[in-house]
Amino acid sequence: MLLGQDGVRDPYSEYHTWFSKEDPVRLTKKSKEAEAFFRRTGITFNVYGQSAAQERLIPFDLIPRIIANREWTKLSKGIEQRVRAINAFLHDIYHRQEILRAGIVPIELISRNDAFLPQMMGVTPPGGVYTHIVGTDIVRTGEDDFFVLEDNARTPSGVSYMLENRETMLQMFPELFSQIKVQPVSDYPKNLRRSLAACAPPNCDGKPTVAVLTPGIHNSAYFEHSFLADQMGVELVEGHDLRVVDGRIQMRTTEGYQVIDVLYRRVDDEYLDPLNFNPDSMLGVPGIMDVYRAGNITIANAPGTGVADDKAIYSYMPEIIEFYTGEKAILKNVETHRCSEPDALKYVLDNLADLVVKEVHGSGGYGMLVGPAASKSELASFAAKLRRNPSNYIAQPTLSLSTVPIFAKKGLAPRHVDLRPFVLVSPDGMNITPGGLTRVALKDGSLVVNSSQGGGTKDTWVLED
Amino acid sequence: MLGKTAGGLYWMSRFLERSENTARLIEAGFRIALTRSKDPASEWKSVLTTAGVRGIYDAKYDSYTAAHAVDFLLRDTGNPSSVISSIENARTNARLVRTALTTEVWEAVNESWMTLKAALKKPVNDTQLPALLGEIRRHTALVRGAVHGTMLRNDIFDFTQIGTSLERADNTARIIDVKYYTLLPSASSVGSTLDNVQWETILRSVSAHRSFKWLNNHDISPASIAEFLILDNRFPRSLSFCNRLLDDSLGFLAKDYGTRLPCHDLIDIQRDKMREHTIASIFDEGLHVFITSFIHDNNAIGLQIEKDYRFVR
Repeated sequence: MLLGQDGVRDPYSEYHTWFSKEDPVRLTKKSKEAEAFFRRTGITFNVYGQSAAQERLIPFDLIPRIIANREWTKLSKGIEQRVRAINAFLHDIYHRQEILRAGIVPIELISRNDAFLPQMMGVTPPGGVYTHIVGTDIVRTGEDDFFVLEDNARTPSGVSYMLENRETMLQMFPELFSQIKVQPVSDYPKNLRRSLAACAPPNCDGKPTVAVLTPGIHNSAYFEHSFLADQMGVELVEGHDLRVVDGRIQMRTTEGYQVIDVLYRRVDDEYLDPLNFNPDSMLGVPGIMDVYRAGNITIANAPGTGVADDKAIYSYMPEIIEFYTGEKAILKNVETHRCSEPDALKYVLDNLADLVVKEVHGSGGYGMLVGPAASKSELASFAAKLRRNPSNYIAQPTLSLSTVPIFAKKGLAPRHVDLRPFVLVSPDGMNITPGGLTRVALKDGSLVVNSSQGGGTKDTWVLED
Repeated sequence: MLGKTAGGLYWMSRFLERSENTARLIEAGFRIALTRSKDPASEWKSVLTTAGVRGIYDAKYDSYTAAHAVDFLLRDTGNPSSVISSIENARTNARLVRTALTTEVWEAVNESWMTLKAALKKPVNDTQLPALLGEIRRHTALVRGAVHGTMLRNDIFDFTQIGTSLERADNTARIIDVKYYTLLPSASSVGSTLDNVQWETILRSVSAHRSFKWLNNHDISPASIAEFLILDNRFPRSLSFCNRLLDDSLGFLAKDYGTRLPCHDLIDIQRDKMREHTIASIFDEGLHVFITSFIHDNNAIGLQIEKDYRFVR
């Protein structure tokens, strides 16, 4: 915002005027208040494998990340195009597989992909929607240079933080929002419910019953699951609340079993149905896949969408977009080296110190190597892992990610950020909430924004025109 | 409402009530052992019996000292009825049913948990104990206030009241059960110091030493104390009062859902039994027999409710 030689960037000018008149002591106090508020309301996430500090806060930074309306318009067009292509791709992969026949995506990427579910072949989800909720991770490297880092088409999380961050800002600095016109985000839960309901199976007569399926209170995102259920006014269920009764998925209520039409599941495919997938799963509902295939329930997102968002498929996204939309991709892809290809593997091994290497199915920032930040021995041991199982990895150049200021102990300091806008898809169309979740790497120089790895969040503003 | 949610509300309320009751038992025991009793060990022993945790205490310690008993009742996570376990369980259940609670109730529970967890991190000494026990009572009062002041009077509220009334009745009944011999007319030698101490313990452990004296015009007799604890509908911790609260809440559910279930038959029987009794008839039947069967029936109603409203599969 106000760092570097160019002075204040345009979208930040009004905020900067306000900020420069603020007393840093007051802001520090506000920052502490925000933390106390998060603790009291229990806006926490659970960290696996840490029994003592089971619930942790995601640090919140009080300086908003501001996006101009012009920038957002371009971004949202690009995201919409991408999500449209992903849905077309999924339908194709689970039906005629034209894209494989055309030789655009290699067949091994699908046939050897764990996220590909043969059980979905020939199944068309209600309304034809595969990815009801998508979170597209975007980074910026220059004034108009946006890159898509990842398409989260399975069960993207973080939307509750987008909403709570705005709530917190409204409580702490109400005056700011009367001075600066920021596009609201608070309609998300209403839109989510409407969007899910619009995807109800055809045999649902009357108002569709929606429910959120959570793995339970020990899941890292449990707060978000209960938050979304609460905000939508629907039940938050676990696998053991559900069973198949009369060919429908029904939940156990105090008055007997009641049919669910749309299940927004926050349980991974693998655990969804012990009869069809992992037989040891305690989190799912035995037989739900059969009910689904019979068209008697909508599962959001559809099982098997993971095949569209792994990091190997990612590298083909520009081609995928062109194949299904006939258009060039509006948002750029980061150059990606597929280590499964011998030439690429050689290049990656030769240039390991300059690259970021990720697991094809990794998430949460685990199992990745940030070359420039790694020690010699870390590089060597990672190289060994790479040689052992090359097709498990992709590599990307380290981008010179843009920074935004955070409110640090010694005043403003630049930190790297990414952005995850949330997209809702239904037969009625797409809805993208203006802004999204900005994650920030709080450690100086760090590029890892994941909350499980010391990242924080910020409120994200898209300005009104 | 999900059956699981009903169960979560019920257990949240039971554990909140339990944390308060345990704190009150400690308070009474502490006071009596400290000021009046010539035999503090037997005082703590009966406190632990009342709390229903004698077995696990005996497995851990071989003597009944104030320090051990207080620590065990307050902070021991191996004791499922300790204040820390109860508040932890209450909060876990509240988190489970968060979507059914108002923000005020959730925040009150969460804040109680945060504060008490911090306060119970280290052992509590005699100087700190009174303030800490006050803090526990204050927090449970806050939650109760939030429940009564902000929640809709619907099935959600009914399940919280059911949990509270069952737990509270159980607690009062246990107190009577452990000390029943001091309330038997045959054992009374009115005016003897021992009995006065015992009676005071009983009244303090239900926070009623003042209300009792007020209502009974300082006429302290075993029969009047027993009548007060069992049958007095003005006293919110009496068996009869708790029974009425339970009866009302189950009645609201039956009306709301339009269905009578086996638990309704059980509470009808229990209610009629309580109505027909006088303190004289209870003594005729035998106080100990009466209390034992009350605890059993109260428990049975709880189990029937869990089943009827499908708390678990």
